[in-house]
Amino acid sequence: MSTITLSHGSGGTQSNQLISDLFFRYFSNDILNQMNDAAQLEIDFKKIAFTTDSFVVNPIFFEGGNIGKLAVCGTVNDLAVSGAKPLYLTCAFIIEEGFSMVDLETIVKTMAEEAEKSGVKIVAGDTKVVEKGNVESLYINTSGIGVIYENVNINCANAKPGDVIIVNGTIGDHGMTILCERNNFGFEGNLSSDCASLNTLVDCMLEVYNGIHVIRDATRGGIAAVLNEISDSSNVTIALEENLLPIKEEVKGAAEMLGFDPLYIANEGKLCAFVPEAQAEQVLVAMRAHPLGTNAAIIGRVTEELGKKVYLNTVVGGKRLVDMPSGILLPRIC
Amino acid sequence: MKFVDEFRSNEHSRILIESLKNLSRGQINIMEVCGTHTMAIFRYGIRDVLPANVTLISGPGCPVCVTPQSYIDTAIDLSSREDVIMATFGDMMKVPGIKSSLLKKKAEGADIRLVYSPMDCLAIAADSPSKQIVFLAVGFETTAPMTAVTAIEARKNGLSNLFFFTAHKIVPPVMEALVTDKELNLDGFLLPGNVSAIIGTEPYEFLGKDFNIPGVVTGFEPVDILQGLSTLISLISKKDYSIANDYKRIVRTSGNSEAKEYMDKAFNIVDSNWRGIGKVSKSGLEFNRDFEEFDALKHFEISYKEYDGSSGCRCGEILKGKMNPTQCPLFKQACTPENPIGSCMVSSEGTCAAYFRYYKESGKMEE
Repeated sequence: MSTITLSHGSGGTQSNQLISDLFFRYFSNDILNQMNDAAQLEIDFKKIAFTTDSFVVNPIFFEGGNIGKLAVCGTVNDLAVSGAKPLYLTCAFIIEEGFSMVDLETIVKTMAEEAEKSGVKIVAGDTKVVEKGNVESLYINTSGIGVIYENVNINCANAKPGDVIIVNGTIGDHGMTILCERNNFGFEGNLSSDCASLNTLVDCMLEVYNGIHVIRDATRGGIAAVLNEISDSSNVTIALEENLLPIKEEVKGAAEMLGFDPLYIANEGKLCAFVPEAQAEQVLVAMRAHPLGTNAAIIGRVTEELGKKVYLNTVVGGKRLVDMPSGILLPRIC
Repeated sequence: MKFVDEFRSNEHSRILIESLKNLSRGQINIMEVCGTHTMAIFRYGIRDVLPANVTLISGPGCPVCVTPQSYIDTAIDLSSREDVIMATFGDMMKVPGIKSSLLKKKAEGADIRLVYSPMDCLAIAADSPSKQIVFLAVGFETTAPMTAVTAIEARKNGLSNLFFFTAHKIVPPVMEALVTDKELNLDGFLLPGNVSAIIGTEPYEFLGKDFNIPGVVTGFEPVDILQGLSTLISLISKKDYSIANDYKRIVRTSGNSEAKEYMDKAFNIVDSNWRGIGKVSKSGLEFNRDFEEFDALKHFEISYKEYDGSSGCRCGEILKGKMNPTQCPLFKQACTPENPIGSCMVSSEGTCAAYFRYYKESGKMEE
């Protein structure tokens, strides 16, 4: 079986071969093909969005995607939820010596497909190979540039009392899938990561209403972390309704069994949007018409109360705080 | 998981909440013994919907919280050995020892694995024959049978490199210690559905017979808890000191005989120290002579002396329900989930962690 060796990262013949036979084969585009030390881009806009993210997920292949798909979607989503049209990505691989060439090709191919789907070009990259044991299989970093749409002002600090909070579908899918696959629980069911590029969905939302106050993707720390950050930046109180939270039965089941709260579980294809009540319905309708928003739902609102906090109105009519997640998520023991 | 939704029903809850209002007169103090109940009560905001004369007091039912400090220090020492792979439930990771925690030890390179069942240790032991695997066997009657089964399986599979550092405890004896404490003034107990699934309802009968205190076994969904409270308050107001079972879908009067057999087979009942509470007669489980080859303390020839030793922490009063966490001087100041001083702040079932996460100083959610 063909594997990655240290010489693939040494900058010599094997490095060039890997670049031309694999990366260029899949990522090929007019800018990358110029093979300059830096990609030369012409961007004719006033405001750009620029972001970076590193991906170290384990396992690297999981139901619903792989580390490569995640690396493209993650960065595309960070740009999209900033109100930007994602244009260019860079990607850097840090690969453990001995990594399977077939697996690498699968990952690169997925990245190319996902980039095409979301309309971005991968314009620069880097490959490093490190000795066995220095990284676990493969890490990927992607950075991305997008242009911010005119007349769009999406900002974490923009949430206002009266805003309605919409998510584009079920929560906790990605984190629960990874957790169950990593630990081989052998749950039967259809757990699958929601990993997806959200830029076309965001486009649909902004098309019907470009005044959306806040959009954030709810990755690590889940919905709870993102809403706490927004509450903090905007200095507002957020009330969630427990009975409105969309959660897949299989996620609910696995979370229940392992003692996790879906509000805190990571997503990779979910966003929450803060929309003034008057426009909420039209945004919701637009979202539901998009394949990544069929289960879109209103889950709560920004209240008139003073102070920064997030709480949940529970199914029995009580209230509880939804605080910032702290430390690592640990399962309960009895 | 459809069956869960029924027990989270808004409509059922509303009816029960209404019924509570009509049932209760005068001050009623109810202790929920189990940490899983404490968390569920906070998670669903159940205190908010109870009549003002009903007070819920959180009890000592969190296995991590009642494990003495000396146990965690010894576990940390064991994890430092080159030849040891330590396996533990996640909750133990952050519990502070005198010098370190398992989480810090892991970061420093100790081989510590998070497992979801002691049975996971069988595969670890088989995969690493040159290592000695130590499982931190903490927990009540809910987890003790699995420790016994794992030891039996290890023997069957000829695994001689798996050991257990046991701190299993049993629940009814500590309840006896609580009801004989005059300061507490308890009117009734909400009894743990998970423990009762193993031991049944009979071991609680002494509460009514000897102490005139009724109890209700119930589950962990909001409707279970509200139903349990409704039954309990009704027993209290009728001065009916019996033990009721509102968790019949899981709990049988005589419990799970197979699980009890496994416990009997592997363990002796011994006196045991509860953190903050002290020695409670016949409240712990220790491997019996037939199983002592699995006892990590014996195998590693560790002379183990128990001590508590968390400075300034009021866990004792909190675990006994005499104080609520907000009355502890360390709460939210020196002691937080990021930097816990007492184990009640660490464990996902701990009373302090519940208060920290869900409650404001006033004891009620800020409006």
